[in-house]
Amino acid sequence: MKRLKNFLFLLAAAPVVAFAAGPTVPLDKAPINLSDQDSLQRGARMFVNYCLNCHSASVMRYSRLQDLGLTEEQIKDNLLFATEKPGEPMHVAMRHAEGKAWFGATPPDLSVIARSRGADWLYTYLRGFYRDDTRATGWNNTVFDKVGMPHVMWDLQGEMVPVYKKDGEHEVIERLELAKPGSVSLAEYDAMVGDLVNYLQWMGEPAQNQRKQLGVIVLLFLGVFFVVAYYLKKEFWKDIH
Amino acid sequence: MSALQKMMGWIDDRFPLTATYKAHLSEYYAPKNFNFWYFFGSLALLVLVIQIVTGIFLTMNYKPDAALAFISVEYIMRDVEWGWLIRYMHSTGASMFFVVVYLHMFRGLMYGSYRKPRELIWIFGVLIYLVLMAEAFVGYMLPWGQMSYWGAQVIVNLFAAVPFIGEDLSIWIRGDYVISDATLNRFFAFHVIALPLVLIALVAVHLVALHEVGSNNPDGIEIKKKKDPKTGIPLDGIPFHPYYTVKDIVGVIVFLMLFSAIVFFAPAMGGYFLEAANFVPADPLKTPEHIAPLWYFTPFYAILRAVPPLFGSQFPGVVAMGLSIVFLFFLPWLDRSKVKSIRYRGPIYKAFLAAFIVSFIGLGYLGLLPSTPVATIFAQIFSVIYFLFFLLMPWYTSIDKTKPEPERVTG
Repeated sequence: MKRLKNFLFLLAAAPVVAFAAGPTVPLDKAPINLSDQDSLQRGARMFVNYCLNCHSASVMRYSRLQDLGLTEEQIKDNLLFATEKPGEPMHVAMRHAEGKAWFGATPPDLSVIARSRGADWLYTYLRGFYRDDTRATGWNNTVFDKVGMPHVMWDLQGEMVPVYKKDGEHEVIERLELAKPGSVSLAEYDAMVGDLVNYLQWMGEPAQNQRKQLGVIVLLFLGVFFVVAYYLKKEFWKDIH
Repeated sequence: MSALQKMMGWIDDRFPLTATYKAHLSEYYAPKNFNFWYFFGSLALLVLVIQIVTGIFLTMNYKPDAALAFISVEYIMRDVEWGWLIRYMHSTGASMFFVVVYLHMFRGLMYGSYRKPRELIWIFGVLIYLVLMAEAFVGYMLPWGQMSYWGAQVIVNLFAAVPFIGEDLSIWIRGDYVISDATLNRFFAFHVIALPLVLIALVAVHLVALHEVGSNNPDGIEIKKKKDPKTGIPLDGIPFHPYYTVKDIVGVIVFLMLFSAIVFFAPAMGGYFLEAANFVPADPLKTPEHIAPLWYFTPFYAILRAVPPLFGSQFPGVVAMGLSIVFLFFLPWLDRSKVKSIRYRGPIYKAFLAAFIVSFIGLGYLGLLPSTPVATIFAQIFSVIYFLFFLLMPWYTSIDKTKPEPERVTG
């Protein structure tokens, strides 16, 4: 009897397990360019307007946006909507328990989301929402099936619907099609998401531009040091052999 | 007598400063034919210093608290002056430590550096390797990401596979029924004080033993057998300082260039040095899809998974994993060859060593992958080769046709 129960449980769980193993959706390449300050600034605005209501970035201080060429005044005037101060990290008012109750899972902190998910995944995910009436939010996603998050930027992108194709016995989503246009064209939407993901990539490690610049100097120094050390060694070793 | 000489005399009457300097540097005679493979000992020492110095600064800002650990690492990455550099040097240093140590050990295998009279140097070395693995394991838990958490969960559960006492043993190690704040605190203590102390002590005795018998060399012959009759200095020996200090500086710079290239341009090394999943805070309720240890542990992880469970217990795999390291200790007595260096060994030893290296790298690769039936079969084949390298060594090293060793070092 127990065996039968286990078997039935396995059978019921099979689709879930199969899915967990992951039908890997091909990811689109995110247009990452961390030296494009305008793109990063636009991305920061997108982030504060669309993400930073449910998702926090609890280790990211507003004032760090000065690294993107914004002045403290600009940050205060354009990006701080309530009582936050520029030196504070990007917290949200929504409590974890509420988030869990409303969306089924607490919206994750996005400080280092680009480091765990990768920019390409984020870029594809944010462009992969489609209408699905079986879901409580009315939305589903091509790379994150049954995701708890609704399509927050639907007013921009509009409503996408899936086009299916036969793959053996199953029907799989071939592509998404625009059913109801949003306030911007799909190409413009892609560019906006590109900016946002660019910003998320930067926010994952705000020191990364500085890191690469310093790296060039360090390697140049070591290169010079190498030449000196090499000839020093040669000089000392002349009398050996 | 100058003031400096006077001062040195004053010190030398009270502490053997000049004698120590001579014994270990200016009059420590090393064979003159060291090649590329002889850089890695001093490089290991360099990495140890990097790890200790960066570690001290990380400790000043890190919080060993399950609620704060993950955020404190990000605080170091963002708000601490040069924190990102210190952290990346430490994380890169961890992996590079193993790169250097693996190459150092391979050198020992190639040139028979573990053979008489250097058995103790080798044993101290294997102990260093063991402590280093423990140090890396407890250190990897500190960032408190998903891989930190679940990796620790998997490894500590290995102890639970020990018959009879396993369950209690694993609880004793964790200090809790699951990996928790208590575990993090004790692992922090191990990482920053207990294990580094043991490590430094072992490095010291490793070096003392080395300087007692003298360094081996690529020819595997003893330079002390041919001494200058007047001075008593080995004919093929040169003072470590200045000859090998200036040579090692070149090696250090080349190493630092590679090290810096990683630190500044690819600190995550495509997920091999810093795993993507470790940028998600530890969540005891959410098991990651695929748990893999960092690359330097994967050969042993693959051996663990290759052994089938017995009566539903993973214990045989744990034993195999333990034995794969225990065998290293016996290497000096398993090798029966007349010669030490691979240069004068016969084809059989070379074939076995090549198969061993291929297996070790193969196991390392398989340990990164999710377990599949095909991968398991390969892991089993490689594991068998790994163990045969040791088990058959007394036989194949004694029948192998060796070449005569030269009287003096070559090249």
